Amino acid sequence: MKFEVDGLAAYAYTGSRPFAPGQPAAVFVHGGGLDHSVWIHQSRYFAHHGFNVAALDLPGHGRSAGAPPDTITGMAHWVMRAADALGIGRLSVAGHSMGSLVALEVAGLYPDRIEAAALVGCAVPMAVTSALLDAAKAGSHAAFDMITLWGHRMDAQLGGNPAPGMWMTGGAVRLLERSGPGVLHNDLNACNEYRHGLDTAAKVACPAHLVLGREDVMAPPRAARDLVTALRVVRVIELADCGHMLMAEQPDAVRDALAAAFPRPG
Amino acid sequence: MSGPGYIKFDTLSLHAGQKPDPATGARATPIYQTTSYVFRDSDHAAALFNAERPGHVYSRITNPTTAVLEERVAALEGGVGAIATASGQAAMHLAIATIVGAGEHIVASSALYGGSHNLLSYTLPRFGIETTFVDPRDPAAFRAAIRPETRLVFSETLGNPGLDVLDVPAVAEVAHAAGLPLLVDSTFTTPYLMRPFDHGADLVFHSATKFLGGHGVAIGGVLVDGGTFDWDASGRFPTLSAPYAGFHDLVFTEEYGPAAFIMRARKEGARDFGACMSPTTAFHILQGVETLSLRMERHVANTRKVVEFLDGHDAVASVVYPELPDHPDHELAKKLLPRGCGAVFSFELEGGRDAGRTFIESLRVFSHLANVGDAKSLVIHPASTTHHRMDAEALARAGISEGTVRLSIGLEDIDDLLGDLGRALHLSQRAVKRRADTARHTGAKRDAGVAQKEAGPRRAAS
Ligand SMILES: Cc1ncc(COP(=O)(O)O)c(C=O)c1O
Repeated sequence: MKFEVDGLAAYAYTGSRPFAPGQPAAVFVHGGGLDHSVWIHQSRYFAHHGFNVAALDLPGHGRSAGAPPDTITGMAHWVMRAADALGIGRLSVAGHSMGSLVALEVAGLYPDRIEAAALVGCAVPMAVTSALLDAAKAGSHAAFDMITLWGHRMDAQLGGNPAPGMWMTGGAVRLLERSGPGVLHNDLNACNEYRHGLDTAAKVACPAHLVLGREDVMAPPRAARDLVTALRVVRVIELADCGHMLMAEQPDAVRDALAAAFPRPG
Repeated sequence: MSGPGYIKFDTLSLHAGQKPDPATGARATPIYQTTSYVFRDSDHAAALFNAERPGHVYSRITNPTTAVLEERVAALEGGVGAIATASGQAAMHLAIATIVGAGEHIVASSALYGGSHNLLSYTLPRFGIETTFVDPRDPAAFRAAIRPETRLVFSETLGNPGLDVLDVPAVAEVAHAAGLPLLVDSTFTTPYLMRPFDHGADLVFHSATKFLGGHGVAIGGVLVDGGTFDWDASGRFPTLSAPYAGFHDLVFTEEYGPAAFIMRARKEGARDFGACMSPTTAFHILQGVETLSLRMERHVANTRKVVEFLDGHDAVASVVYPELPDHPDHELAKKLLPRGCGAVFSFELEGGRDAGRTFIESLRVFSHLANVGDAKSLVIHPASTTHHRMDAEALARAGISEGTVRLSIGLEDIDDLLGDLGRALHLSQRAVKRRADTARHTGAKRDAGVAQKEAGPRRAAS
C-alpha cells in the first residue's frame, strides 16, 4: 500500500488486502539494507489470519522515499508516524536485526500503543565489525557479501530452501544490491551507535518475545543475555538450524513464534 | 555470489539444493514420485494454497526432487531461483509467456536453434507475438529493431550452429537502455563455461536435455531468474508490477522483490500451461549436474583436439569454432569463454552433400541423431534435420550451408574419435572421387552418342 509520511512517499506491504476495521494490527520492520519482502513468509500469513498487516519499507529503503533516518530512535519515531498515517492505533511489532532494535525502541518509547514486540535476530548492543562498516562506507559489494555469508548458516547456503526452487544466497545478495547508495552504511552505523538499548528495555511494558537463531553469528543468542535480563516480561525462543536470516532459514518456526507472540482477536 | 567465502561451483554442483533426506537420511536426492502432499489440517492447506507459507501442494507446481534441481541450477548460475520444465522448449515458452503478450514484440538473434526459431517465427505470431530477427554479432541491430511494444531481447550464448558468441555485456546494455530484459539460451555453454548473469543477462534458460543432464537420457529444461532486472522501473511489465486477478490481486514485484519474475512464472505459467518436469527426470538431470565440471572440461579438451585435427585435414573446407583465429568472434570468445567454446561445432566438408552423407554413414563411434550434449559423440546434418523448416535465405542468415556437418564431441578416448573421423573423411573423399570418375566416364560415353539418363553428378546442394 502506498501512503505518505511527512509528505514523502511510503510503502507498506499489506498482504494485498485492505485493512478491516476492528482487526488488530501487526507491523513488521526489516533489517539493514533490506525491505519489507524479507517478511514475505510471515506477513502474508498474518494478513490472512485476522490482522491488518503493515510490513514497512523504512525511508530510503524499498519503495519508501526520503533519506534513511540515521538513528534507531529516528527510525522508531518514523514507524509510529507511519502507523498514524495508516490509521493504526495499538499494534504488535516485529523487527529483524536492525529492525529488532527499532521494535525495541518503539516498545520503549510508545508503551501505551504496543501490544507485543517480537525481536528477531536481536542483540543489544549490536556491535558491527569495522571490516563490514568500512566496506559498506566504501560502497563495496564486499559488504553485501559479508552480510550474506555471515547471515546464513553454511547449511542454508548449501541449500534446501524451504521455498521450493529458490536459492537463498542469490535472493539475499540481489535484495542487498537493490539498496540505495549509502543506505547499508547508514543502517549498520545506526546499529553500531545504538547505545541505550538496555535503558529502553527497562521501559518496555508489553511482553517481549526474542526469536534467536542458535547458529546466528551476527547476533548470537549470548549477545542478547543482558537484554533478556533488562526486559520485564520476556520469552526467548531459540531456533535450531538457524542463522541470522531467520525468516528465510526457518520461515515456519518464525511464523509460529510470531503467532504465539501477537495477541489475537477474540 | 561467487568469490571469496562463497561455496564454490564444484561443491554447489554436488550439494546445492539438497540436504540428506530428513525422513530417511538418504544421501542421494530421493525421487519423490508423488503427485501431491498431505495437508496437516485445513489451515495448513489454505495457507499453502494462498502462498502464506512455503511448501508443496501438487507436483505440477513444485516437487521436492525437482526443487533440488531448480535450486542447484539457480545456484550454479548465480540467480535467485529457477523452474524446471518439461523440455528446453517449454522453458523458453515459459520465459516468454510470463512477460510478453498479444500485441507485443521480441527482438531475437537470427542464429537460433531451429525449434526456437519455429516458436518465434511461426507459432507465437498466432498468439499475437511478433519477432524481429537480427544478426547476433551486431548489438546495434538489436537496438534498431526495438519498438515501443518490444518486451524482450533474446539470443543464444553460442549461436546454433554458427557459434556466434553473443556479446552479452553489449547486448544487455542495449536491452537495459530500452528498459528491456535480456533472455539467453545458455544450453551450449552451461554455467561451467559462462555465467550470463555475471555479464548482464537477466534471464537464462537451458535445454537440460543437453549438457546439464549430459547422458542423453531425459528431456528437460530449466528457466533461471537472475533477479537483476527492475521490472517496476521499466514500467512495461504489468504481469509483474500490477495486481494479478488470478492470484488474489498479488503484485509480484511487491511480494517477491528480486524474485518477481520466477514467482509469476511458477504461480501462473507452471500452474496454467503445466509443462512441468517429472521428479524422475529431475533425478536423472541431477546426476548429470553433479559431474558438470568434469564432463565439460573433458568435452572441451576433446573438442579442441578434434577442431585441430579437422582444421588441418585436406577433406575439410572450413571449421567453425571461436577458438580458431579466423573465427569472427575469436577475441570476444577469449574474453567471455576462456574455459572453452563448448563441444558442439560445425565444419564444411569438401565435396558437398554427397560427401556429407558418406561421411556421416561411415562413422562408427559417432552416432547420427538429433541431439547434442550427450556423453557420447554425435553427428548431424542440420540442413536436413534441425533446421529443415528454414528456407535457403533463413539458413544462410543462420550461418548454415547445405554441406554443413555438426558434431557434438563426447567423452570417449580422443584417439578413437580422431580415428573414426579420419576414416570417415577418407571414405567421403573416395566416394566423391569415384562419383566424379563415373561422371567423367559417362560424360565421355554420352559424347560418343550413348544415351545415359540421370547418371551425371548430382548438384552438391540438391
Ligand atoms: C540451443 C538449444 N536450445 C533449446 C533446445 C530445445 O530443448 P529441448 O529439446 O529440451 O526442448 C535445443 C534442443 O536441441 C537446443 O539445442
